[in-house]
Amino acid sequence: MQHRYDVLVIGAGGAGLMAALYAAKGNVSVACISKLYPTRSHTGAAQGGIGAALGNVAEDHWEWHMFDTVKGGDYLTDQDAAEVFAKDIIDAVYELEHMGLPFSRTPEGRIAQRKFGGHTREFGKAAVERSCYAKDRTGHMILQTLYQQNVKEGTKFFNEFHVTDLLIEDGRCRGVVAYELSTGEIHTFHAKAVILAAGGYGRIFKITSNALTLTGDLMSIYYRKGLPLEDMEFYQFHPTGLAKLGILVTEGIRGEGGILRNDSGERFMERYAPTIKDLAPRDIVSRSIISEIREGRGVGRDKDAVNIDLTHLPREVIEGKLAEITDLARTYLGMDPVKDLVPVQPTAHYAMGGIPTDLNGLCLSDGNGGSIEGLYAAGEQACVSLHGANRLGTNSLGDLVVFGRRAGIYAAQYARQVEFPDLPDDPQSGTKDMFDGLRNGSGKENPALIRKEMQESMMNNVGIFRNGPDMERQVEILKELKSRYQNVNVGDPSLRYNSELIEVMELGFMLDCAEAMTASALNRTESRGAHDRADYHTRDDINWLKHTMAYKDLDRPGNVLIGYKDVALKGFTRAFEPKARVY
Amino acid sequence: MTQTQHELTGIPAAAQQGLAMMHIKVKILRFDPEKDRKAHWETYTMDAQAGDRVLDVINEVKWYHDQSLTFRRSCMHGICGSDAMLINGRNRLACKTLVRDVVKDGGTITVEPIRGLKVEKDLLVDMEPFFDSYKAIMPYFINESPAPAAERIQSEEEAERMAQSSNCILCACCTTSCPIFWVNGSYLGPASIVQAHRFIFDSRDQATQQRLNIMNQNTGVWRCRTAYNCTEACPRDIPITQLIEEVKRAVMYQQS
Repeated sequence: MQHRYDVLVIGAGGAGLMAALYAAKGNVSVACISKLYPTRSHTGAAQGGIGAALGNVAEDHWEWHMFDTVKGGDYLTDQDAAEVFAKDIIDAVYELEHMGLPFSRTPEGRIAQRKFGGHTREFGKAAVERSCYAKDRTGHMILQTLYQQNVKEGTKFFNEFHVTDLLIEDGRCRGVVAYELSTGEIHTFHAKAVILAAGGYGRIFKITSNALTLTGDLMSIYYRKGLPLEDMEFYQFHPTGLAKLGILVTEGIRGEGGILRNDSGERFMERYAPTIKDLAPRDIVSRSIISEIREGRGVGRDKDAVNIDLTHLPREVIEGKLAEITDLARTYLGMDPVKDLVPVQPTAHYAMGGIPTDLNGLCLSDGNGGSIEGLYAAGEQACVSLHGANRLGTNSLGDLVVFGRRAGIYAAQYARQVEFPDLPDDPQSGTKDMFDGLRNGSGKENPALIRKEMQESMMNNVGIFRNGPDMERQVEILKELKSRYQNVNVGDPSLRYNSELIEVMELGFMLDCAEAMTASALNRTESRGAHDRADYHTRDDINWLKHTMAYKDLDRPGNVLIGYKDVALKGFTRAFEPKARVY
Repeated sequence: MTQTQHELTGIPAAAQQGLAMMHIKVKILRFDPEKDRKAHWETYTMDAQAGDRVLDVINEVKWYHDQSLTFRRSCMHGICGSDAMLINGRNRLACKTLVRDVVKDGGTITVEPIRGLKVEKDLLVDMEPFFDSYKAIMPYFINESPAPAAERIQSEEEAERMAQSSNCILCACCTTSCPIFWVNGSYLGPASIVQAHRFIFDSRDQATQQRLNIMNQNTGVWRCRTAYNCTEACPRDIPITQLIEEVKRAVMYQQS
């Protein structure tokens, strides 16, 4: 079946729904394709808040937010993106409120704000209340509110459609191909502009806060065409995932006064970040926790966690402002944060890297200003390089609304100016080849085992602490897993609702993301932000103040070609010189 | 600090119990529209940890026993609402239900699709009627006055008025446990009424009257017979029956 829309949005989380709303305001026809029902997108799992310098609780300025973002990103953040972001987000938060989002309130009735990791006043002097929140389900409320607004505007949704291919020819995007779960039918979507907003790929790791559906599909499809993925080595581990499960425990828990303690009850963050202690940025807290564990000061049966302590806080704060995580701890660990210490460990959480874009969301095809006409990206899957080497808490929800909105506006503007491009001769051939390869093979390999080995080896070899030999071994492991994947067994021959086919396809996408990440990390011989190498322990601004662009070598399978892109070291009105990152 | 040294280093008994291994049977209602005329039970035997989620067990069946088993799932921790199913005869989210809470060592867990929606394959049902009901209640904020430069002011008490209804994740556990919905699919159902409640009691919203009119139609709130199934089924502990009663009262006062 064939469809035709001016603008197509892939993904219906925060970025996709915001893009769809704004594209629709641009007087063009819009459809949104999602592999889930929109209300089930992973934006809904974000808990803590959305940072904006509203100054409702304490004095704040966008310049301070910009500085924190740049410093938090270990100076790999593009400063033009940080400036646009820190200004735009203020307006975007008010806009969400005008859409009805039920924010928590101050006693004066304004949007409430609380502290979060890495957010400071006066360029690093002390923590500041910048995170706007709706209890500890801010992402849930953003997702619901944006979906509600799309229902109001009558946005056309294609739910449970899995995008299998991007139609790009001669540097121009012409649409996408998608598999409809309920019928097994393959559809061609012809479009003037396409916006990619399909989220992250945390499922390449064993312990992760990410949903099972976060498998990097569109990033891989982009990469398979010989197009670059940017800064893939920078992958954020959230310091506080529920022990063993990886389920997110919001940073808001520390913003409200929660304290990390080791086995002897020591508040160990005082040693690692004396100024802002438990509210240091995520990479620093994650490494501090792992250091405590490695030095034998962990808690629990395997001594592989630390405790978060809320017991000194009033019950109303814990059950009111932190209701979601209180419920999670009670449900999954049988523990009550009101009286128990809750064991946590770092969990794979957020991709700082992804499909490179400019400030308007336009997808870049190299590190020298080349782009793909008509193709845009936003949200976790994109890399406008707001987050640099490490993302500050609350800046993901901000990224979604600010850059989702920009992508929607510019894609619609572009679509109004052009005619429909020609479709390729046989648009579905790539998808049919992929499906035939998966379905008709006589393979014996169980996809679940390949996936498990990928997840465990990525956790061990390209996790929080890295070194050359481990990552070289990981390159070989991934080559072996990819060759086994060629003989994978798709157990379910059916056409309709073939969820097995989808899981196997997703595994293939994840193997590509893992390949690009490992190659990028092995190549960067320094430590910066979330990328910490034992064999190159310091930050090296002379050689490495640049973005990595990883390309799949289409001639040599398993080989990755590395290029670079300059970091924007200036904003439009402000610039912050790189300096040592201490808190 | 009130903890003793011992409590600081250990994990409480409840969490330790979660690690105990259990031998269980999982009985799943299977249906493949391409080969079956009607559904049939299949039983899988396996070992699980007491603290595993039922979803972990179902994933294990799919990944290592029968790859064709089909169901929805995504977030794995009770926020996306994808994996509503009937577990031991009760509507629950498979990712929020622990093995130890539904079965003893050597026992059986039964898993079926939620009721009242057409079964498409195995545990996967057609969600379109559910979302059609949702869309019917105008589930979006309406305020036609010009927005101020900053936020609209709302008191903490007014914001708290929406806390329970805005907690809904649209998993359909409530609606598909409602006996009225089973016999009359045109009833909008508990989830939609909860969504209406979220806007009716929003101090900033201006479309209260229109929503109360929808609730007053014969597909609306008066169909509710106060069976409390919805409240029992809600995985987020939303007091759904109470919210429905509040909407009934609002409709009544509007009429008087």
